[in-house]
Amino acid sequence: MNILRCEDITKAYKKNFPVLFHLNLEIPAGRIVGLLGPNGCGKSTLMKLIAGLLQPDSGCIFVGDHPVGEKSKALVSYLPERTYFNPSMRVRDLVRYFSEFYEDFDVSRAEKLLSDLDINPAAALKTLSKGTKEKIQLVLVMSRNAKLYLLDEPIAGVDPAAREYILRTIVNNYNPEASIIITTHLITDVEQVLDDFVFLSYGGQILRSGNAENTRLESGKSLDQLFREVFRC
Amino acid sequence: MSWSFSSGSPVYLQIAERMKKSVLAGEYLAGAQVPTVRQLALEAAVNPNTVQRAYTELEAEGIIESRGTMGNFVTEEQQRIDECRKKLAEDIVLNFLNDMNQLSVNTEEAIRLIREVTE
Repeated sequence: MNILRCEDITKAYKKNFPVLFHLNLEIPAGRIVGLLGPNGCGKSTLMKLIAGLLQPDSGCIFVGDHPVGEKSKALVSYLPERTYFNPSMRVRDLVRYFSEFYEDFDVSRAEKLLSDLDINPAAALKTLSKGTKEKIQLVLVMSRNAKLYLLDEPIAGVDPAAREYILRTIVNNYNPEASIIITTHLITDVEQVLDDFVFLSYGGQILRSGNAENTRLESGKSLDQLFREVFRC
Repeated sequence: MSWSFSSGSPVYLQIAERMKKSVLAGEYLAGAQVPTVRQLALEAAVNPNTVQRAYTELEAEGIIESRGTMGNFVTEEQQRIDECRKKLAEDIVLNFLNDMNQLSVNTEEAIRLIREVTE
């Protein structure tokens, strides 16, 4: 069964300048998918549409069998590209907040991940660095037992050691019934965890997509090399 | 044990190659259990489906066998492991001789050199 189905999605922020144009995308269960493309190609817009934070101008999006709405949102765990926490909250308040808000939230998983990353639960968010806040946000998102995880630039702001930990967290959380979509421009860092990839071009159309391993086998190139070729400036 | 992957070659083939070498080197003996898909995926920080594909490849070569939910095991057939080891050793020798020939060192001279260097 497909976890995600995007049918003929068009979205423009300004009339006649579509960010996404008649886009179709299906993602089956149990896949880790890289949504890759140059800056401004509509990756984050697509994520927001799937998360239900924006409405498409035309087309439909289904998560599981549900059109985007209250029921789909219960299945989707979304990591936005920016942090949105109240700076005066403490880390443990945030964990409690998430556990009260989301039925599928696993408090013990969150606590374990935070302690692995040496994050003090008593710390106030305003005292923490940007990278640490990003780690916390990812921990919270990955501590839900969701069907679809949308990770918008999950590793951009964190150091290389934490990057590897985050990738392991994603792999460790792998569940054959759930899928993960990751957007990033750091392709080299994530490509080994991807099942499939989607190259999104300016104007929001899919330029190329497929299975990551088969593509490496057929082209003899890494996704990063392929990306540089396809999107050469 | 740390894992790094070269670009341009499928990750599953690189994992299969490395696990095969571990078996041939005796790190995992005939009949021994190899790490589960999830363990290995976590260790190498790669997708579990990629590890599964590597194991399927090794299964096709007769080096490991899957016992359903029990996990994956090195084949019980020592003979199969010995054959693979011989094949790999031959490949390494052929590559070496090829490199030597490119330096205009013929096979006889190469063998003599090996003796000299190892004495």
